[in-house]
Amino acid sequence: MSDAADQVLQAQRERNAAKAAGKKGSKAFDPTTQRTDTSTKASLTDTFDTELYERNGLDKFAGYNTSIAVNDEEDEEMEDADGDSGRNLVGQYTATTAQREEFANGGTEEADILVTREKQAQIASRQSDYQRKGMERRVLTPTRADPFAENRQAGVEENGQSYREIMAMREVEQEEERVRKAIEQKEQNGENGDTHHSPTLKGPSDKENAEAGSTVAVSAEKKRKRRWDVSTEEKVSEDVQMEDVKPKKSRWDEIPAPGAAPAKRSRWDLAPALVTATPASGAGLATPMHPSQMMSFGTDISGRNMSLSDEELNEMLPNEGYKILDPPPGYEPLPAAARRLLPTPAAATGGFMNQQSEDPRSMGKQLPTDIPGVGDLQFFKAEDMQYFGKLVDGAEENELSVEELKERKIMRLLLKVKNGTPPMRKTALRQITDNARQFGAGALFNQILPLLMEKTLEDQERHLLVKVIDRVLYKLDDLVRPFVHKILVVIEPLLIDQDYYARVEGREIISNLSKAAGLAHMISTMRPDIDHADEYVRNTTARAFAVVASALTIPPLLPFLNAVCKSRKSWQARHTGVKIIQQIPILMGCAVLPHLKQLVDCIADNLNDEQAKVRTVTSLAIAALAEASNPYGIESFDAILNPLWMGARKQRGKGLAGFLKAIGYIIPLMDEEYANYYTSVIMEILIREFSSPDEEMKKVVLKVVSQCSSTAGVTAGYLKETVLDDFFKSFWVRRMALDKRNYRQVVDTTVDLGQKVGAGEIISRIVKNLKDESEAYRKMAVETIEKIIAGLGAADVTERLEEELIDGILHSFQEQSVEDIIMLNGFGTVVNALGIRCKKYLPQIVSTILWRLNHKSAPVRQQSADLISRIAPIMSQCGEDGLLGKLSTVLYEYLGEEYPEVLGSILGALRSIVTVVGLSTMQPPIKDLLPRLTPILRNRHEKVQENTIDLVGRIADRGPEAVNAREWMRICFELLDMLKAHKKGIRRAANNTFGFIAKAIGPQDVLATLLNNLRVQERQSRVCTAVAIGIVAETCAPFTVLPALMNEYRVPELNVQNGVLKSLSFLFEYIGEMAKDYVYAVTPLLEDALIDRDQVHRQTAASVVKHVALGVVGLGCEDAMLHLLNLLYPNLFETSPHVIDRIIEAIDAVRMAVGPGLVMNYVWAGLFHPARKVRVPYWRLYNSTYVQQADSMVPYYPVMDDAKLPRFELDILVNLDDLRRTRREQLCKTAT
Amino acid sequence: MADKLRTQQQLEALQSRYLGVGHADTTKFEWTSNIARDSYASYVGHPQMLAYMSVGLGQSREKTRLDFIEKMVRPVGPPPERED
Repeated sequence: MSDAADQVLQAQRERNAAKAAGKKGSKAFDPTTQRTDTSTKASLTDTFDTELYERNGLDKFAGYNTSIAVNDEEDEEMEDADGDSGRNLVGQYTATTAQREEFANGGTEEADILVTREKQAQIASRQSDYQRKGMERRVLTPTRADPFAENRQAGVEENGQSYREIMAMREVEQEEERVRKAIEQKEQNGENGDTHHSPTLKGPSDKENAEAGSTVAVSAEKKRKRRWDVSTEEKVSEDVQMEDVKPKKSRWDEIPAPGAAPAKRSRWDLAPALVTATPASGAGLATPMHPSQMMSFGTDISGRNMSLSDEELNEMLPNEGYKILDPPPGYEPLPAAARRLLPTPAAATGGFMNQQSEDPRSMGKQLPTDIPGVGDLQFFKAEDMQYFGKLVDGAEENELSVEELKERKIMRLLLKVKNGTPPMRKTALRQITDNARQFGAGALFNQILPLLMEKTLEDQERHLLVKVIDRVLYKLDDLVRPFVHKILVVIEPLLIDQDYYARVEGREIISNLSKAAGLAHMISTMRPDIDHADEYVRNTTARAFAVVASALTIPPLLPFLNAVCKSRKSWQARHTGVKIIQQIPILMGCAVLPHLKQLVDCIADNLNDEQAKVRTVTSLAIAALAEASNPYGIESFDAILNPLWMGARKQRGKGLAGFLKAIGYIIPLMDEEYANYYTSVIMEILIREFSSPDEEMKKVVLKVVSQCSSTAGVTAGYLKETVLDDFFKSFWVRRMALDKRNYRQVVDTTVDLGQKVGAGEIISRIVKNLKDESEAYRKMAVETIEKIIAGLGAADVTERLEEELIDGILHSFQEQSVEDIIMLNGFGTVVNALGIRCKKYLPQIVSTILWRLNHKSAPVRQQSADLISRIAPIMSQCGEDGLLGKLSTVLYEYLGEEYPEVLGSILGALRSIVTVVGLSTMQPPIKDLLPRLTPILRNRHEKVQENTIDLVGRIADRGPEAVNAREWMRICFELLDMLKAHKKGIRRAANNTFGFIAKAIGPQDVLATLLNNLRVQERQSRVCTAVAIGIVAETCAPFTVLPALMNEYRVPELNVQNGVLKSLSFLFEYIGEMAKDYVYAVTPLLEDALIDRDQVHRQTAASVVKHVALGVVGLGCEDAMLHLLNLLYPNLFETSPHVIDRIIEAIDAVRMAVGPGLVMNYVWAGLFHPARKVRVPYWRLYNSTYVQQADSMVPYYPVMDDAKLPRFELDILVNLDDLRRTRREQLCKTAT
Repeated sequence: MADKLRTQQQLEALQSRYLGVGHADTTKFEWTSNIARDSYASYVGHPQMLAYMSVGLGQSREKTRLDFIEKMVRPVGPPPERED
């Protein structure tokens, strides 16, 4: 009874509270007294807002999760796995988590316009929560001792943590974590006062392990022997003791083990080794404060106390009667920067403060860009002050100790690298690298690493700092050992960055690091992290270990991996060990093959691990190994085949997905017989899982099906019988088309199945979907059909099916609401594959196209024009020239189209029709068509340009007589502009067309226009003209062009002469060997050009010589070439890079034409000339000869005066008479 | 400055592939050794040339070949004394 009354009371209270909250602006209502405050004033003591500050225990958030965990305990091994591994009983009507994720931070994410650009550039702002955990880990571990140092004396105490200390610490951390969890658990259970009794049967957490269980029974008694992963022997005994005495230990009542006692320092007792790791300004605070945080908005009162500037004083004080005094000798102003670094904290201002207007004086002053001793920087951020503040404190150089000076030197160099201009960066980087050993590892890394951990770091800065580390590593070599862990803490997060280049950089650093520090040290450094309490640390460590393996090869690492994967101490260690093996093939690819057997052996037992997570990651590791070793190495997997297949039967959920994935990758390695057998074994499970609601499972199943179906051993009959029905029932449903990833997977798998069972079988099953009401689903069907028909052809399609197919595709083409390339491709492929068989459907198709060509929406018109260009060849094959003529007439009418994209497609369609029907029968006739095209040539749109020029070129090539010469001339003018188009295809098409036109109407008229064009001022168009002249000469033979061109050289105008030379250069480049007939004709002209005063003249003439010489190699024009060489050679001492490059090229070309012997005679003279200015270019010539013709130089090396270089071998002369005599003597001897 | 650096780099890249490439500070000793080695390499590399020379020297081709390869070691005598 009283219970009921309480309930009523409670309900009443809540109603009242809700009502009070609902009334906006009402006075605070105190539900305890159930009385509204009758006074009209707000209470001074109460909080005004009852919404936010509830005053009694009434928790309106009861029943909600008050906090959302940043990350749950899930491992991240399945990248795309979304949380709902459990079976949803209710159909899913909302977007999946994966989809939502994609919009929130996937590829489709939109930039948040409220975030500043500066913020967007920062790496931290782009990271996912998981990646940001790297930040949380951002406490630099203390320096480690280097047990492998070469010259370590026995008695010397090292200042660094030893391996034992670290292992002990790690254990304490794990214990802390465990206890914390236990406490949390306890609080959760007992928070309502009444104790929560857990069922005596197995708890839910263990269910996953229990239900599948290990496939091999684990022997009950565990052997207790000394294992690798127990640090000391005393520890073992201690463990035993503890387990006996106290099952639940806290670190307080632990009996310190005799050996480990001094080592058991908690990390709280450790003084941080780094002073710079925590910013100096935050000294004394538990968490170092950011300078920007330190000065919250409006609390910086230093501006008020700033000294007055001269201008202000001038304004305040009268000008007359005052005098500016010199400061007394000995007075030194306080170093300003020291104050700036740590502003006097304003008295904790709790009360009201006026917002201060931004003081212009304080704005510019806070952030200098000019640091003494560094120079002008590109930028200087507020955060940099914290690291580089020392540089601006104005301390006297000669008062500092050597160490301090060194520190500042490094600081300056780092600042230059990080914030400087590119040339500054380069020199600073080189200085750091060169002096790395003098600076010492400690001094360098103590500064670099904190910079890398800055929250506001941007990509570019990170890249540069990582580069510094990389360079420094090379130099420091084994000196880095004490810092390996620190570097790893900073670099490991790069391995899971979204940015590919960051990952590569991280890998490079870690691989260099492991080469410098050595395997033993790497292992002892990273070993403690392998069973770290935090999954993030374990994950990154595993990846780092894989990099180490790829750097130092796998074999030396194998014993360690073997031990870790079999660790009995913690499942985390096993998990990490297996993960290392998973990452190795991902990094190394098929390079794992030699060690495949050992790697598989390492993880074989983990398939039966008692921990579900370990089993899953093991199956994934096997999948990765099998994927990397494809198509070899099946024998290495022999040992695990049975457990894998057995395990697949026992697993459920996520574990099963992993097992199936592994199986899917192993089956393609098998030979036919085995593949067939193992497929049939697994297919049962696959078919069962077809209906799984889990997205991840669906993906895996689809992948496995496509892998199975593409192996040789699986027959079409088997697939038809057992797989196809279920497959189509569960995957060809509308819902699958909505998610992009599923869509892709289904299409790919269906195509793979189609490869086996044939096109007809698949198409007949999905053809009805072409008329489905869901557009995405129709698209999926079209894409699948397109891929299958493109691969297998349409021979398998029966007449009835063909009808359905065309009907369906036409329907889906007409019904599309968004014009899609997939529809177009599908239509085109189907029509092309059917060929002559679609004759009877053509009228229908054409009428659809015609209707859509007239559509008001531009994309529809464009698509139908594109479709015409795809099916035009088939239409002509079917003999439907009448229809084609109709289409082209309509297209011709649409040439006034205003959208360039559509116009381009229309032109493309016209082009393909012209190609198939020929110029003579083209409807409308060419003489009407071409004049319509001339104005379109002026269109600047690339697609339009490309298609018109192609069409015009075709006409000029095949039927130039259809149009009169005047029209062609007009087109020539338009084409000149096109010669300088951006797109290479357009330029090439324009060039070719030029040639065709010149051929059609004769070169005279064209040449006249072109030569006139040479006088134009604009350089670009002169170059184009020069090119065009070259083309005309090539197509119409050079003798039609050369006389006019050389005549033009007589014009006493620099531009024109230059243009002539340039066109000669192109001309000779194009005509190649034809040049031999014209060499002597142009030599006098070149003579004149080569001795001109103007540099550019000689330069261009040199390039003409080059092309001529290269054209006439071996054609007997050596005399002319030698003459030109004599004229070229004096230019060897030109200094302008362009000129000297052309000259050297020309000399090289002449060398090709006349052989190295003659040309080297010019070179020997200067190789050892007393003047370096002479030697340099001569050696350049020598080098290029040496590279190109070293062997043919041998006979021509000069004879040295001193006998140091006797080449008597060259003097060997065989006298035939002598030979005959000796031969005869020998014969006589043998005869007697 | 940058240009000089670039030519320097180009030369280094070239030299890593072609040993005999030289520069303004190449000594006569280096140059002549390279010439000698290249010559021997060329004699050995052309079978007809090698046959001809062996006939002239009156020994087997293999012997000549080995002789020539042997001679590539310090072909112009020991390096000159360094003066500093």
